[in-house]
Amino acid sequence: MSALLEVRNLNTAFPAAHGAAFAANGVSFDVEEGATKGIVGESGSGKSITLRSVLGIVPEPGRVIEGQVLWRGRDLLTLPPRELRAIRGREISMIFQDPTSSLNPVFTIGEQIAETLRVKLGMGGREARARSVELLDHVGIPAAKERLRSYPHELSGGMRQRVMIAIAISCRPKLLLADEPTTALDVTIQDQILALLAELQDEFGMAMVLVSHDLGIVAQNCDSVTVMYAGHVIEDAPTAELFRSPSHPYTVGLLRALPSTREPGTRRRLAQITGQPPDLTQLPEGCPFRPRCAWSRDACKDVTMELVPAGPLHGTACPFFEELR
Amino acid sequence: MTAPAPLLETTDLVKWFDLRRSPGGRLRREAAPRLTAVDGVSLSVARNTTLGVVGESGSGKTTLARCLTRLVEPDGGSIVFDGTEISSLRRSELGALRRRIQIVFQDPYTSLNPQMTVGSMLAEPLRVHGIAERREARARVPELLELVGLAPRVARVFPRELSGGQRQRVAIARALAPQPDLLVADEPVSALDVSIQAQILNLLADLAERLGLTMVFISHQLSVIAHIADTVAVMYLGRIVESGPVETVFGNPQHPYTAALLAANPQIVPERRRRKPAIRGDIPSPLHIPSGCRFRTRCAYAEERCAAIDPPPERVGPGHVARCVVLPFR
Repeated sequence: MSALLEVRNLNTAFPAAHGAAFAANGVSFDVEEGATKGIVGESGSGKSITLRSVLGIVPEPGRVIEGQVLWRGRDLLTLPPRELRAIRGREISMIFQDPTSSLNPVFTIGEQIAETLRVKLGMGGREARARSVELLDHVGIPAAKERLRSYPHELSGGMRQRVMIAIAISCRPKLLLADEPTTALDVTIQDQILALLAELQDEFGMAMVLVSHDLGIVAQNCDSVTVMYAGHVIEDAPTAELFRSPSHPYTVGLLRALPSTREPGTRRRLAQITGQPPDLTQLPEGCPFRPRCAWSRDACKDVTMELVPAGPLHGTACPFFEELR
Repeated sequence: MTAPAPLLETTDLVKWFDLRRSPGGRLRREAAPRLTAVDGVSLSVARNTTLGVVGESGSGKTTLARCLTRLVEPDGGSIVFDGTEISSLRRSELGALRRRIQIVFQDPYTSLNPQMTVGSMLAEPLRVHGIAERREARARVPELLELVGLAPRVARVFPRELSGGQRQRVAIARALAPQPDLLVADEPVSALDVSIQAQILNLLADLAERLGLTMVFISHQLSVIAHIADTVAVMYLGRIVESGPVETVFGNPQHPYTAALLAANPQIVPERRRRKPAIRGDIPSPLHIPSGCRFRTRCAYAEERCAAIDPPPERVGPGHVARCVVLPFR
């Protein structure tokens, strides 16, 4: 059985002074129907660009150079713009990190939800209004009817993200792309939004790609996880498997670098990953993590970054992963 | 047995901001709306320890940091630093205090002067505080850079040439240059990636131990506070709702807000989350603080009486204080 979404060897590049910076560098992953895929990485790892490449909304002057994005068997990258627009918003929709800049400040919430319903579903004014109230109610906005007349600035950050979610689910998409949807929110509000997303997924049988820099969020909300570093997928596994036996030095390093509330006051020295993430225009030969890796060796110059099996459904870009265990 | 005098102690500290009235409000001669950001905060930090202050946006933690460093004038209460009342000191009397209390801000992209080299940035506080003359101050720069793990050549570069983590190291070196007794760190790792965050947390913990620093460490990340603090104060809408040794407060929370924060904090356990959110509703606006217990509108334990009683700080264990009339007594 093939997956709902298959991303194959995706390469997205930005022109740079010398050559190009590959924000996504041979990225492949699958999203199964109804499942939640996490993409985790630090700033500049290429996780957001990968997500935007799926919907063809890479910011200028970035370009998808190579690869396939197979949506139910069709390659979105070669689809005529009109057909892609029909899929965007209706079958696949997206929410972003900052709900403030995603909403238009001069239109009411009601107008913005209704616009989507008119454009995507061809609803008339009255029908769209009634449906908007239902949608706001559905995403847990109290006094939904009155809220239609509010402007974005009158709502809290959490409420604005709920509005964005209402717009995103208005056409009952099969897949929701969520780019750091809770990063701008407080932890208690983040918790509410993640609960809401899980609820909506169950209800609609909607799959989700959840991009996050937070390993905790990924651990508790995803079925499988793709770890990215410097544009490359460095590890991919079912969530439980990834956290039980992380098999790339970068993943291992990240997990050890995290402080935890479970051992308060112990002052355990955090394991550090030394150095900085590399400049994407001057990637080292072979494995891009090599200069910061505690297990690096000469042979790492020749690593191809193809995933090798590390367990059931578990792939790692590090051929020397067995030494980590 | 008497405990040694704390380095820093505040009692009923209050800071409010009078906001501008709306045009309609001006016509109706209404009073300007008053936002009470810090509302009766009493805390105490022992020498050579780190107090973690944790809370969500709007809890008043940054305003508290600004009061402690006298970057804003408190409107009430007292701040005693090393035996001296500093909340009422005049500007001219603040000189020595400024040297002894230093601050590191959240965003190393805006807290460093883009037109100064790192070297002149580190030498400046030495001259300003009359610790060293120009040349001598310059000579101390390599030593300061080494302290925070940066190479001597960094002295010649401008902040734009540095990464976020390196900038934050410079900000720490600048704060430590005049050899302060108290370092107030306001979300110093919040703008950094996990791998860099660990480097800065380790650095701060090392420095605190080596230099005998006392720290007030402010963060919205519970895990960071759990890691670095000895004692913790949990803030909600301008109040400390719970405080005590970090292992007790996080291990056995006695205020529903602390418990909810801990439950909402994503853990590295690969188990799908329970469905129900830990806490309901939005944080109320600090302009409209609920009556009685200010957390009651979101509290799972709220009873009718919570609307009437503003819970006083109650001792619930050794050094452990909570402001709740329900949870600790169940």
